[in-house]
Amino acid sequence: MSGDLLEVRNLWRRFDVSKPWLNRVIERDERQWLTAVSDVSFSIRRGETFALVGESGSGKSTIAKMIVGLIAPSDGHIVFDGADLATVPHAQMRKLRRRFQMIFQDPFASLNPRWRVADIIAEPIRTFGLASGAEVGNRVARLLDTVGLSASDSDKFPHEFSGGQRQRIAIARALSSNPDFIVCDEPTSALDVSVQAQILNLMRDLQDEFGLTYLFISHDLSVVRHMANRIGVLYLGGLVEVANGKELFRAPQHPYTHMLLDAVPDLALSGRRRTPVSGEIPNPIDPPPGCPFHPRCPKMRDICRQEKPALETRKSTGQVACYFPD
Amino acid sequence: MNRFARFADSDIAWSFRHSPVAIVSATVALIIILSAVFAPLIAPHDPFNPATLNLMDGFTPPMEPNAISGNVYWLGTDNQGRDIFSAILYGARISLFVGFSAVLFAMVLGILLGLTAGWRGGMVDAVLMRIADIQLSFPSILIALLIFGIARGIIPPSMREDVAIWVLIISIGLSDWVQFARVVRGATLVEKNKEYVQAARIIGVHPVRVVLGHILPNVMGPVLVIATISLALAIIAEATLSFLGVGVPPTQPSLGTLIRIGQGFLFSGEWWILLFPSIALLALALSVNLLGDWLRDALNPKLR
Amino acid sequence: MADPLLSVRDLVVEFPTRRGILKAIDQISFDIAPGEVLGVVGESGAGKSLTGAAIIGLLEPPGRIAGGEIWLRGQRIDNLPREAMRRMRGKRIGMVFQDPLTSLNPLYTVSRQLSETIVTHLDVSQAEARKRAIALLDRVGIPAAARRIDDYPHHFSGGMRQRVVIALALAAEPELVIADEPTTALDVSVQAQIIELIKEICAERGSSVMLITHDMGVIAETADRVAVLYAGRLAEIGPVREVITRAQHPYTKGLMGSIPTLAHDEDRLVQIPGSMPRLNAIPPGCAFNPRCPEVFDRCVRERPELLDTSPGRQVACWLYDEQGAGS
Repeated sequence: MSGDLLEVRNLWRRFDVSKPWLNRVIERDERQWLTAVSDVSFSIRRGETFALVGESGSGKSTIAKMIVGLIAPSDGHIVFDGADLATVPHAQMRKLRRRFQMIFQDPFASLNPRWRVADIIAEPIRTFGLASGAEVGNRVARLLDTVGLSASDSDKFPHEFSGGQRQRIAIARALSSNPDFIVCDEPTSALDVSVQAQILNLMRDLQDEFGLTYLFISHDLSVVRHMANRIGVLYLGGLVEVANGKELFRAPQHPYTHMLLDAVPDLALSGRRRTPVSGEIPNPIDPPPGCPFHPRCPKMRDICRQEKPALETRKSTGQVACYFPD
Repeated sequence: MNRFARFADSDIAWSFRHSPVAIVSATVALIIILSAVFAPLIAPHDPFNPATLNLMDGFTPPMEPNAISGNVYWLGTDNQGRDIFSAILYGARISLFVGFSAVLFAMVLGILLGLTAGWRGGMVDAVLMRIADIQLSFPSILIALLIFGIARGIIPPSMREDVAIWVLIISIGLSDWVQFARVVRGATLVEKNKEYVQAARIIGVHPVRVVLGHILPNVMGPVLVIATISLALAIIAEATLSFLGVGVPPTQPSLGTLIRIGQGFLFSGEWWILLFPSIALLALALSVNLLGDWLRDALNPKLR
Repeated sequence: MADPLLSVRDLVVEFPTRRGILKAIDQISFDIAPGEVLGVVGESGAGKSLTGAAIIGLLEPPGRIAGGEIWLRGQRIDNLPREAMRRMRGKRIGMVFQDPLTSLNPLYTVSRQLSETIVTHLDVSQAEARKRAIALLDRVGIPAAARRIDDYPHHFSGGMRQRVVIALALAAEPELVIADEPTTALDVSVQAQIIELIKEICAERGSSVMLITHDMGVIAETADRVAVLYAGRLAEIGPVREVITRAQHPYTKGLMGSIPTLAHDEDRLVQIPGSMPRLNAIPPGCAFNPRCPEVFDRCVRERPELLDTSPGRQVACWLYDEQGAGS
């Protein structure tokens, strides 16, 4: 679809988690592979916020890293604005890189502690040659203002700021190259709730002001509900459901989505009925056969054990990977 | 607050002000270093110039007029009539020059190899670390002797005296790079996975710039501590090599050479030839060592 | 409260630093009734973990209790000598920490850690201790407990490890369990299970729980009453339902409004401007006054006392002082 800014097709990623060669030879072990991402496909339209939700082992961080190029996919295609990132020539890649950025979870580790804030924010500007000399300082000052800090902060070091302020600096850095697309990897998970509110509001304002497209990764369904237009639910490396924001919460189709929603604490104290959650996420090195969710699924039948269900489109734009969806 | 005020107020400066050991050792070290640097201005005699030496002035005890010429030397003279005080100043100069240069060489080599091993990982890391392990199993003095011997074999005799000091520096430096490399490699492995490095990689910064611009500043902390302590060890290493006769040429005695000379005369009564250079070496090495200790504790966030 | 299990009165915890003395906890008072779950909620730096550490006597030096009293069922415990405190820890107060990875010793089997605790505090034989340990593991939901008791901590998954930690905390049958962020490091689906477990098992044994967390949702599910901390002071305390649905302190109101929920859509989350002050920069008067939308001048001058607003509810805010000059 031409309205898609990002399209991910059949993305796979395997990690070699075998013991070192010598140990394997001595102990006669086989190579072990961990499939972190298995056959994931989705697309993100320009200007929308697409969320990937999942718990540990779901592969959401790995997908984020593949999209921004930190890790290479084992298989599959990542197409950014029509250009397949794997086949793009080097010179054009540089231009493309300017258009996507990433915000990380840990506000303490995402800024170089030995660099001044001005240099941190200006790094993309300088790397892409977007400005030089005094103009760099002007841009940095404007960016600091945009994210709610002041120009006088540019001379300081990261440790002089609180977690929320550091995340603002990280956002300013992400904005400095005028990107179209920002991958946000759990940007507020390490922040206090009131600070989280500030950052989420800021991100929404920036999206409106600059026409940004977000890939928002999180484990927190309440936050995702607030921020996302469309949501993809990941379990053990695969998408189990994709739906519009409102739809997903109003009428979830996959049993795992149900379980996730039930597990969210009931802050409104509405006393809503919840099925108790059972079991734990299995070891990704040794996933269950067939549908990976079947050991914990209340609807499990024989076929679930034998063959993994594919992601299929049901009602309008929703997709589910289940033999017995709601 | 301007930058100097911020530094003066920092935890390190406070720790320094409140540590008597740090203040005393820094003062001692500074006095010795400055005296050595300004040796030509301070020393009453030039002990390296054979023309100015008067054999008849030899073996003069400290602060006593020489029997023949009546000259008074503060710390006495050695067997060749060299003023011990001047010899110590010039000798310290050599010791410090060799020490600093050797440490600098080891540091640069160690940092580069450590960064490479940590960043590249895999085969490169394995090979470099095995080389380091092998080298660590030999005592560093033996390695220095080995390199020295090889150099001696390669360099023609006419050039030996001129390059002696450089060979000395390289051999001490080569025996010392491993500890820097190890520490830097470990720290690189930790920093490599942090998000700020990932952020730089995402925008496509060249790996060399990432390593030198982002990772290097963050691994320098422990390096400085090791460097200070290494300096003390390098000074002693040079003294040892000179003592063994394979260091600096005898016409340009360093503290080690003086000690060797002095040792020969200890039991015949000319104790000052051994004592004063030894005290000077001790003071220098000890003060640098203590400074290194203080620095390590001051930089350790857990001890604050 | 009549006959509380735990009573904290005007607790003060200080940290001497080279720049002066920092008051991390500044006169906090609350009670915990037998069998009740008290949630202690606050953001980072509010002092909630320190409160737990002070009660169980595990404050890291140079931090120290500089004032106030802590009473456990009629006995004063904040000034006990170290040995007496050590005996009490585990026996009368159990603790569940946040990170199950580091709260279990990786070098000892679960059996050894559990049995050791039981034998130390209860007068039973090794064999009996092992039986009780297996029963405990079974109760916390570890399948095949008799077999798994001899496993090492790294053989368990995160959620299972936290269950073991809970078993460990309850092994000596303490009267009070302090749980410091017990679910923060766990996946959402496991969180729900662990919360359920803590609630059930403590209710069974009649132990009280002091549940320390930054997660209001966990409090809503688990606690009977909740204490809201801000900058080392108590802002509000009361029954959970009331504090959450009808918050009185402006900070609590702001906090509740800033949490996104599944229940309704907001276009913008409520945002409290600024951030919690650092310990060396706490403003005079009410610590929240620079950020408070309802501030008036008494707030800047006088630190508010804990005022009773209804039975069981207290708020530290001048808005609720009927006698004083109110807004």
